[in-house]
Amino acid sequence: MEHSKGAAGAVTDTYAKERVWLLMPTWLMLSILVVIPVLIMLVYSFLTKEFRGGVIWEFTFAAYDQFFFDRGLFGDEPVKIEWTYISIYWRSIWQAGLATVLSLLLGFPTAYYIATRPQNSRAVWVFLITIPYWVNLLIRTVSMKFLLRENGPLNDFLLMIEVIDEPLRLINTALAVQLGLFYSYLPFMVLPIYASIERYNFTLSEAASDLYATKFATLTRVILPSIKPGVIAGCILVFVPSLGAFLAPDLLGGAKNFMIGSLIEEQFKGSAGNWPFGAAASMILLSMVLILLMVFSRQQKKAQPQGGQ
Amino acid sequence: MILYAPLVIVTIYSFNDSKSIITWQGFSLRWYFDMFTGPESAKFKVAASNSFIIAIVSATVATTIATLAATAIVRGGAARYRTASLGLLSLPLMVPEIVTAVATLIFFNTIGFSRGLTTIILAHIVFCIPFAYLPIAARMQGIEDTYEQAAMDLYATKRQTFTRILLPLMMPGIISGYLLAFIVSLDDFIITNFVKGAGVETLPTAIFGAVKMGIKPNIMAISTALLLVSVVFVTISYFVAKADNKNK
Amino acid sequence: MLPVQNQVAVNVRDLVKQFGDFTALRNVSLAIKDNEFFTLLGPSGCGKTTLLRTIAGFEHQDEGEILLFGDSIAGLPANQRPVNTVFQNYALFPHMSVLENVMFGLEMLGSSKAEARPLAHEMLELVRLGEFAHRKPAQLSGGQAQRVALARALAPKPKVLLLDEPLSALDLKLRKAMQLELKALQRETGITFIFVTHDQEEALTMSDRIAVMSAGEIQQLGSPKDIYEHPDNVFVAGFIGETNLLPVSVDEITNGHAHCHLGGGHKVICSAVEGVAVGNDVHISVRPERLRMSAQPSDQQSLPGTVVETVYVGSDVQSYVQLNEGPLLTIRTQNSALGKQAIFALGTQTYVTMETGAARLLQD
Repeated sequence: MEHSKGAAGAVTDTYAKERVWLLMPTWLMLSILVVIPVLIMLVYSFLTKEFRGGVIWEFTFAAYDQFFFDRGLFGDEPVKIEWTYISIYWRSIWQAGLATVLSLLLGFPTAYYIATRPQNSRAVWVFLITIPYWVNLLIRTVSMKFLLRENGPLNDFLLMIEVIDEPLRLINTALAVQLGLFYSYLPFMVLPIYASIERYNFTLSEAASDLYATKFATLTRVILPSIKPGVIAGCILVFVPSLGAFLAPDLLGGAKNFMIGSLIEEQFKGSAGNWPFGAAASMILLSMVLILLMVFSRQQKKAQPQGGQ
Repeated sequence: MILYAPLVIVTIYSFNDSKSIITWQGFSLRWYFDMFTGPESAKFKVAASNSFIIAIVSATVATTIATLAATAIVRGGAARYRTASLGLLSLPLMVPEIVTAVATLIFFNTIGFSRGLTTIILAHIVFCIPFAYLPIAARMQGIEDTYEQAAMDLYATKRQTFTRILLPLMMPGIISGYLLAFIVSLDDFIITNFVKGAGVETLPTAIFGAVKMGIKPNIMAISTALLLVSVVFVTISYFVAKADNKNK
Repeated sequence: MLPVQNQVAVNVRDLVKQFGDFTALRNVSLAIKDNEFFTLLGPSGCGKTTLLRTIAGFEHQDEGEILLFGDSIAGLPANQRPVNTVFQNYALFPHMSVLENVMFGLEMLGSSKAEARPLAHEMLELVRLGEFAHRKPAQLSGGQAQRVALARALAPKPKVLLLDEPLSALDLKLRKAMQLELKALQRETGITFIFVTHDQEEALTMSDRIAVMSAGEIQQLGSPKDIYEHPDNVFVAGFIGETNLLPVSVDEITNGHAHCHLGGGHKVICSAVEGVAVGNDVHISVRPERLRMSAQPSDQQSLPGTVVETVYVGSDVQSYVQLNEGPLLTIRTQNSALGKQAIFALGTQTYVTMETGAARLLQD
């Protein structure tokens, strides 16, 4: 009898008969405006480009060919691997990876600090961490740009305290993109880690030190394994949007620090105007992200049985 | 606190009296007046009204859809439906935003839908649904189903149970869902940039366009104003949740 | 005060309900009379709540039918059944005032607010909460919330009131008071109450009749006195009150008396029951208060043993006697009846007297 009782949090079936109708708008909206478009995008990536945007309905591998191989200007030279785009992707992965590491290094202690505050001040801390996230990403990036300018406040400050003699060139560097990405997505790192630390039962640490573990051993052998899912989730949440980021590299990186986002944008909004190529580049990005997410969810599933309560 | 430094600096400089952003010439509100009267004010006013129209429509529709979906998923039994629907719902969160933007652009182009305010609204609705869904579903999971049973035991129809019992109980979740959807829509740049038609601007695209030419003080004032809107909304949502927790 | 009628209010026939692999109800049949205070009693998971929820319409049976005053209510959703429920957690709508809660059912039945208000006030007066009408449920104590839930369920004048362990969240003192109050309310209103509980004492106090359930089946149905004094089987005897359950072998049945022996060869005579034959190994149940101890054997059945423990429990003294080469018996003696202390000392040889009729032969 207990399993039919109205426990909070349980899924129940009051509206089981109506569920199809209740879900219909969601299904329709998401399948028409996300699933079908992605499929069409997949088709587009195999079509022939038309100059000045759009496509010709002729099947070809040209877009993928252009991405991976260099056949010379007229397509008659021996096939070489085309490094331009691969290196953009590689740089993006590298940049996103660095941003993730940076966020982890700063986010972990922050999350730990928050999770060990008294109960009622935690909510305030979490709130403070989330506010910047809800502030327009564009505005945050613009602020960063403003801050890093050649004669912007950061350089002024550094000159004033005489750490440096002349303004540092910060804007339009890989470092600026780094800082931008890091700044954009740091809350994504802090929140899941915080959530898992908060759930962590601190008596486990006491038990460990009671059994003669040093502080370091307690951290690596007891704490870290139990909050690993949160750390991984945080890394994914920073890495994935960083990979496809557009604003930070575009506004802070300049031409030399082109990333995937800008490459794709170029194909649709910019002068390059190659839609099939843009679609192909998007598909490649999407595949990378989906593979990453699949690996992650498999990991999570594996971790769950041992995770305990 | 690194999170706040750049925002605070922009806010401070938005009160700068100088025409250039480099030198500080004392406190002034001139750029806030410029927002309404300056040479670019017409453009930004249109962009702002577009932004708010889009945000209001998208958030309203997305919240309605998300409320129905949450009802079906949390109260609809059958795990099969639930997993499939949750997977679908989380798509806009998993797919990189730029990919969604590209796909949506290509889609509208294929079906020959001319780009404009409508396309932006449609794209925003979809993108906002998961953001509206999460707080609503979380709230709903906390509502014991004995309330519905009690209502039906007292002769309420399912519709009456929904409107008179569930909806009021879900309201805090719906409010925060709406506010989040509103902010997400108001802040979106990437998708808007792709699906907007020529000449249609929202605040973020207008700001982006202007920033490309260099940061000017009027942009900082506008940014600060927009920043304030976001902060106010999130704060409201925070206190709605908090007041609700206290009630329990 | 209306007497229990012979008209059947709720007739349950061959009800079967399964949750996946788990069978919550197996062929349950019972007839609950009009104006009756009827209790479903059993441990967790016995199916009593499922039965109640099936009558209310929150669960739907896989097989069997339920008749309400002769009409089948199969397929009717909860909101079309003229029965109301008092929930274990009360389920008072938190966003409505006490008065609005009580008015809710009346409004749903089509009354206007103006019509519903005086009736709701009347119900609140009935449960003596008139002055709390404008409070929110969160501002009520447990006992008050309980009474509001009662008023809300009674307001639409249901034919049958279902109560799902409504007192379990209250503390002992309040629970005792509410038991009497509920019983009085049932008599006043003349509405059939179906009450679910796992507390046997509560069931004995309040009910006209009790159905003891276990593992999805009704073990025994009868008045509190019946069930306490004449349990049908081991489960009922063990679940209701304290008892000595002793394994016995039946040697002989004559003139409606069964002659049995316990382990160690101690002979016991008790009334024969249907379904128990010579040679069967079954159990007898003897209530601790039906056993007496003495230093010398009495003229009735006296079983020799040794006192191994004596516990003082307020009004009574509870002694544990190990029969010679036989089972351990629990014996309860009222303190006021306590005569010679010496016979209860540890290690004392004693005789336990079991008068005829004290032991009840049980089917397994």
